[in-house]
Amino acid sequence: MAKLKIAKYWADGCGGCDVSLLDTDAKILEVAAIADIVFWPIAVDGKYSDLEAAKPGEIDITFFNGAIHTAEHEHIAQLMREKSKIMVAYGSCACMGGIPSLANTTDRESIFETVYHLAPSNDNPRGVEPQTRTKVPEGVLSLPMLYERVKRLDECVEVDYYLPGCPPFYKRVADVIDVIASGKLPPKGSVVGAKDKALCEECPRERHEKKVKEFKRPQFAQDDGKTCLLEQGIVCVGVATRGGCEARCINANMPCRGCYGLLPEAMDQGASALSAVASIIDSNDPKEIEKVVNQIADPLGTFYRFGLPQQRVRI
Amino acid sequence: MAKITKKPDKEKIGVFLCHCGTNIAGVVDIPALAGYTRDLPGVEMVDEYKFMCSQPGQDLIKDSIKKHKLTKVIVAACSPLMHENTFRKACEEAGLNRYCFIMVNNREHNSWVTEDKALALQKAKDLIRGAVARAFWLEPLEVKEVGVNPNVLILGGGIAGIQAALDLAESGRTVYLVEREQSIGGNMAKFDKTFPTLDCAACILTPKMVSVGQHPNIKLWNYAEVDEVSGFVGNFKVKVRHKATSVNFEKCTGCGICQEKCPVKRPSEFDEGLGNRKAIYTLFAQAVPNKPVIDRVNCTYYIKGKCKVCEKFCEPKAIDFEMKDSVEEIEVGSIILATGFHLWEAGQMPELGMGKYPNVLTSLQFERMSNSSGPTLGKILLKDGREPESVAILHCTGSRDVNYHEYCSRVCCMYALKFAHLIKEKTKAHVYNFYIDMRCFGKGYEEFYHRLLEENVTFIRGKAASVTDRAENESESGKLIVMGEDTLSQKLLRLPVDMVILTNAIEPQLDAQEVARKFKISCAGGGFFLEKHPKLAPVATASDGVFIAGACQSPKDIPDTVAQGQAAASAVFALTQRGKVELEATTAIVDEELCSGCEICLSLCPYQAISHNAEKKISAINDALCKGCGTCAAACPSKAIFARHYTNQQILAELEGVLNERI
Ligand SMILES: Cc1cc2nc3c(=O)[nH]c(=O)nc-3n(C[C@H](O)[C@H](O)[C@H](O)COP(=O)(O)OP(=O)(O)OC[C@H]3O[C@@H](n4cnc5c(N)ncnc54)[C@H](O)[C@@H]3O)c2cc1C
Repeated sequence: MAKLKIAKYWADGCGGCDVSLLDTDAKILEVAAIADIVFWPIAVDGKYSDLEAAKPGEIDITFFNGAIHTAEHEHIAQLMREKSKIMVAYGSCACMGGIPSLANTTDRESIFETVYHLAPSNDNPRGVEPQTRTKVPEGVLSLPMLYERVKRLDECVEVDYYLPGCPPFYKRVADVIDVIASGKLPPKGSVVGAKDKALCEECPRERHEKKVKEFKRPQFAQDDGKTCLLEQGIVCVGVATRGGCEARCINANMPCRGCYGLLPEAMDQGASALSAVASIIDSNDPKEIEKVVNQIADPLGTFYRFGLPQQRVRI
Repeated sequence: MAKITKKPDKEKIGVFLCHCGTNIAGVVDIPALAGYTRDLPGVEMVDEYKFMCSQPGQDLIKDSIKKHKLTKVIVAACSPLMHENTFRKACEEAGLNRYCFIMVNNREHNSWVTEDKALALQKAKDLIRGAVARAFWLEPLEVKEVGVNPNVLILGGGIAGIQAALDLAESGRTVYLVEREQSIGGNMAKFDKTFPTLDCAACILTPKMVSVGQHPNIKLWNYAEVDEVSGFVGNFKVKVRHKATSVNFEKCTGCGICQEKCPVKRPSEFDEGLGNRKAIYTLFAQAVPNKPVIDRVNCTYYIKGKCKVCEKFCEPKAIDFEMKDSVEEIEVGSIILATGFHLWEAGQMPELGMGKYPNVLTSLQFERMSNSSGPTLGKILLKDGREPESVAILHCTGSRDVNYHEYCSRVCCMYALKFAHLIKEKTKAHVYNFYIDMRCFGKGYEEFYHRLLEENVTFIRGKAASVTDRAENESESGKLIVMGEDTLSQKLLRLPVDMVILTNAIEPQLDAQEVARKFKISCAGGGFFLEKHPKLAPVATASDGVFIAGACQSPKDIPDTVAQGQAAASAVFALTQRGKVELEATTAIVDEELCSGCEICLSLCPYQAISHNAEKKISAINDALCKGCGTCAAACPSKAIFARHYTNQQILAELEGVLNERI
């Protein structure tokens, strides 16, 4: 078999996804054995011009991580789509918007206001803001435009596979590499490297009937180390999140944040988690329920931490 | 059974538009609607008729199913509550599964709520489009039948339970009547007279109690409670706990010597604390069964280890200090809950002086005082033994009051009149009634009110605000002063009287929620048991085979209570006579491939139909217990539970159909 040509790109994201591929340890050598990396800005030398020069479909697989937040991200996404046979949304940001998409709770103007004017670390006496085009004596400088809304990769280009996780768990990345090596690809549109069941299935903690009278943030809770966190009043969205990560956060005594995303039959991860959490409040008194609900800090960020652009009801 | 995951493309849908006389056709342009419907995808034929529910209407549906080989049927008519079953049956008779039918409510949801014909037509189109879109996703469901055990459990031996027990026993059913107190009789047994006829309560109640005690088909289990209920309509298993009475009922002859000799005196609950009882006691002289029980908390033997006076005097050797609670499991096909009410103590209204002034009485205390076998032998007396010269009866104590109970307790106006009459009859006292409105709704009630108006009783329209003993002048000294407003003359009022009688609100039993949970029924807003339908199914509940009767359903008088007791008995009779029940097929089901075992659903099921399968580590739903309410399906964060006949796809398709002109 001829060696596969693979590419990787980092759009709006933290870079953890790039590291996760390296986290596969020796597996990365297998990758090298079956594939040539033709474009991966963080790891191998390469220019956009190389990409532009490639023939359509010349790249076998692109692993695209990060959400789409600027004109540059979108441009490269389209370019890579054109040049690649298979487009994989790699990591939570590409799959469903991820942490950067929490920016969708506000708008560009407010973001600029905060970042360039209000942030206490700023020293910006002239009140400068980035411009897409700036004339300087030497000519015109350009910057990509920041979009009003953060988008998922599949809102810009067609995506063949989704590999969720923030970042994807290295063992699941290794599994996916095995599948690619075997040549037996699942049907297009599949979520790969994740389970169809919720995280609870692989969670090591003990579970019982759930009745909660108080919600606590993890740092204020006395975790007993063995009982379901949700039962202990710590909001854990594992109930509404695909498994596959082997409960890595729970094993570090932290609740699931939901990075593996929506379950196959669910329509909205945040709504699913919310209705589950609402269901276990142990009270029939509206006032008490309101009090308990208000103990949940940052509900939007908690229930839609990774999937704001994926929710049914748009804000 | 697998869930449909792909929209089937070949469907033959028949749509039938009912005129309902002019009810629908007078507002909705039926020919225009028919024309529109004909062009919707999947619609094979459309027809209309004056009354779809009539025999010719039903025949039209049946013939069309056969002629056009319809796979789905939609009837746009009235509310499904009215005729869903009618049309389901018609479909089934023509060989189409009843769940392949959808009813569109074109009357209550449309023609009855608007006069705007253009909008009505638009809405009818939208609703039908939704139904057509949903019809594609409907699947036939299998209806199962189970047999019905003819035995009946009745919980609570007040007049409601007594009446139901007698009716059913007469019909040949075996009845287990479980009463937690020493005797049956309930609250009615405490009364002297009953409004509006003033019959003596005991004279009409005790013959029924005796019949219960003697009936060969009634197993009267007094001093017993239900621990656990499992199973479902027709096939319940009930664990009944016989509380240790410390008296062997087989041996006891009911001679009463033990009660006479027992040295312990306790305030009698039956006498509402006005009189005393012994540690070994029957509730009252005519108790059924007339065999005493020992109150172990207060019996000297159980406290100090010695006494046994009762044992010494008991000739038949019936006292058994070592007796233990025993649990018996019975199988019954239906259950009637007749657990009655609890009288609100009014402790939360300290301004009325309950518990503070000895001459402020609750209504039941007055009933006991007025009862000739009660603590004062029927004499109306103040604490110091004098006869009162004046008595105030305060209406609506904690009823019709947003701070306590919003509802009307329904019997207080009437027993207040009864009290006024009895006081007039037995003393020379003047009687004042502080009322908001007089509610004398029943047969002969208004007449009773008029009778009292002529008995020289004073009616003051206004709620009493407070009762105090702080006299402001000579005429008030040594009296209780009722303060309030006479809203008719718009004057503030201070009225000195000797005795105040409250009309305490009627509340659900304190353990009503717990009992409801045990029997898998719900409680309504005020905490009373919730009936299946307030008008059309007043004694049925959401739990098939479990019926309710009497004051446990809402405050009510004896005539209504007895009527409900008989209604519940007849419902049980019909059920057991049929011998078989169909189980609702629209139950929820767990997709084992998707359930992660998070256990969110476990505590949510109001019918306790969900359990955890420890082996597979997932949830399991018992089909026979599930009522298809959908709570678990909505809460399941994996959407691993789906409700048959209300799957996400079905609901979304319908929504999309309603909202989207192009389906
Ligand atoms: C002061 C007063 C005066 C009234 N006067 C009149 C009148 O003159 N005329 C009239 O028509 N109506 C009158 N009423 C209304 C009347 O009391 C009720 O209509 C009637 O008592 C209702 O009967 P019931 O069988 O539903 O309930 P109840 O009489 O309350 O009987 C319920 C029975 O169930 C038993 N029970 C409860 N829970 C359980 C359990 N978990 N397990 C086993 N057993 C249980 C109780 O011990 C009790 O024996 C009066 C009410 C009051 C408060």
